[in-house]
Amino acid sequence: MPQVSLTVNGKAHKVEVEGRTLLVELLREKLGLTGTHVGCDTSQCGACVVHVDGNSTKSCSMLAIQAEGCSITTIEGLAKADGTLHPMQEMFREHHALQCGFCTPGMVMSAIDLVKMHPQGLSEAEIREGLEGNLCRCTGYHNIVKAIAAAWPLMHGHAMPAAAE
Amino acid sequence: MYDFAYHKPANVADAAKLLAADGEAKALAGGQTFIPVLKQRLNKPSAVIDLGGLGLSGITLAGNTLTIQAMAKHGAVAASAEVKKAISALATLAGWIGDTQVRHRGTIGGSLANNDPSACYPAAVLALGATIKTNTRSIKADDFFQGMFTTALEPGELITAVEFPLPVEKSAYEKFRNPASRYAMVGVFVAKGPAGVRVAITGAGQNGVFRHAEMEAALAKNWSPEAIVGIKTPADDLNSDIHGSAAYRAHLIGVMAKRAVVAAG
Ligand SMILES: Cc1cc2nc3c(=O)[nH]c(=O)nc-3n(C[C@H](O)[C@H](O)[C@H](O)COP(=O)(O)OP(=O)(O)OC[C@H]3O[C@@H](n4cnc5c(N)ncnc54)[C@H](O)[C@@H]3O)c2cc1C
Ligand code: FES
Ligand code: FES
Repeated sequence: MPQVSLTVNGKAHKVEVEGRTLLVELLREKLGLTGTHVGCDTSQCGACVVHVDGNSTKSCSMLAIQAEGCSITTIEGLAKADGTLHPMQEMFREHHALQCGFCTPGMVMSAIDLVKMHPQGLSEAEIREGLEGNLCRCTGYHNIVKAIAAAWPLMHGHAMPAAAE
Repeated sequence: MYDFAYHKPANVADAAKLLAADGEAKALAGGQTFIPVLKQRLNKPSAVIDLGGLGLSGITLAGNTLTIQAMAKHGAVAASAEVKKAISALATLAGWIGDTQVRHRGTIGGSLANNDPSACYPAAVLALGATIKTNTRSIKADDFFQGMFTTALEPGELITAVEFPLPVEKSAYEKFRNPASRYAMVGVFVAKGPAGVRVAITGAGQNGVFRHAEMEAALAKNWSPEAIVGIKTPADDLNSDIHGSAAYRAHLIGVMAKRAVVAAG
């Protein structure tokens, strides 16, 4: 069976996979990282989003073997060892940005990438557009948008430029 | 998903050899179409040839040509200073494909090879009179698209790059998105450049992307939204599905074309 070597949440792994094994299957079934969810089979819901070399990626739409040599971050890799949450997780909690929580891991991973991709600031419209690849059946998105806007200054270490808001 | 052998060749010659040796082998680019298809067992390749090792992701602006290599990702095209400078509508189009995650992996070569009747790139490539370079030849856009999910590519032939002739004087893309899938219900790319005045329509035609001859003639005489106001598009060859009837799409073509002409200035 082919093998794939990759780093997940800072830890190196060497895993046997089939050609057809999806990255999300490797994460959930081989490494037991079940925080990454699968919500569809059409690549549309975003519940499976992880970071591959820093880019938000639908782990259901990538073969595990394609991750050879890559560095993957999943929702489990965000909090510090002492349990301190990532600012995005903290703001999701603070602003009640989740109800059932099924979409949340993917939302948080996409949201972090969105904030990183917009060092110049993010308007509410840009946040809503930036979440195009993530579906939520519970919240109506409103509090998710609020949480992301609140996480921006925490992640960038300064207030959001006024023009962007 | 059925299992398959996986290969990641390091150059185009090796990729072509692997594909030629096995008629059931298939190329994999960004996987944003192919992997969902595999998951639904709509395709059963014996081997998957990953093009990710070919290094074909460059974007270059030289003389009167903008060249985008086949593995350039939608996100890279959307953000490219060269693309924005040469044909900003093309960057805009790439930035409207799917979502951020799809744009991080999906490629121009994969989109063109697939020729989905609702895909965005085919409209730009046809309207801008681009040339598709493969491992064996050059194919003009007018000859490349041959109906829904059908192209001039021979089995095992690989797209390596797309060349857009410059200077493009005016261009714009307007897309009426399907609110669920984000694909184009109707997309119109208008352009005035070395290939003349062209209007290409995606999302609407039963045979995939097509040029709108009547609008092209009217805009060639008078580049303004007024010039195409009275032009009706026959609904006979247009798609009808749960998202919209052929008559609705015919109407949308007129609306999107006018908006595109306004946007192109
Ligand atoms: C949620 C979602 C939304 C989307 N929205 C849009 C949209 O709005 N507009 C749009 O245009 N597209 C959209 N797409 C499709 C997306 O653009 C795909 O990336 C694209 O259609 C295929 O490109 P790929 O690189 O992913 O190719 P793959 O999926 O890897 O391959 C597609 C096909 O092309 C073949 N192929 C790939 N590269 C080559 C090559 N260089 N030479 C020859 N054959 C090749 C493969 O064998 C396969 O048959 C969407 C996809 C998803 C999942
Ligand atoms: S599981 Fe739905 S997009 Fe990946
Ligand atoms: S919180 Fe339930 S799907 Fe988003």
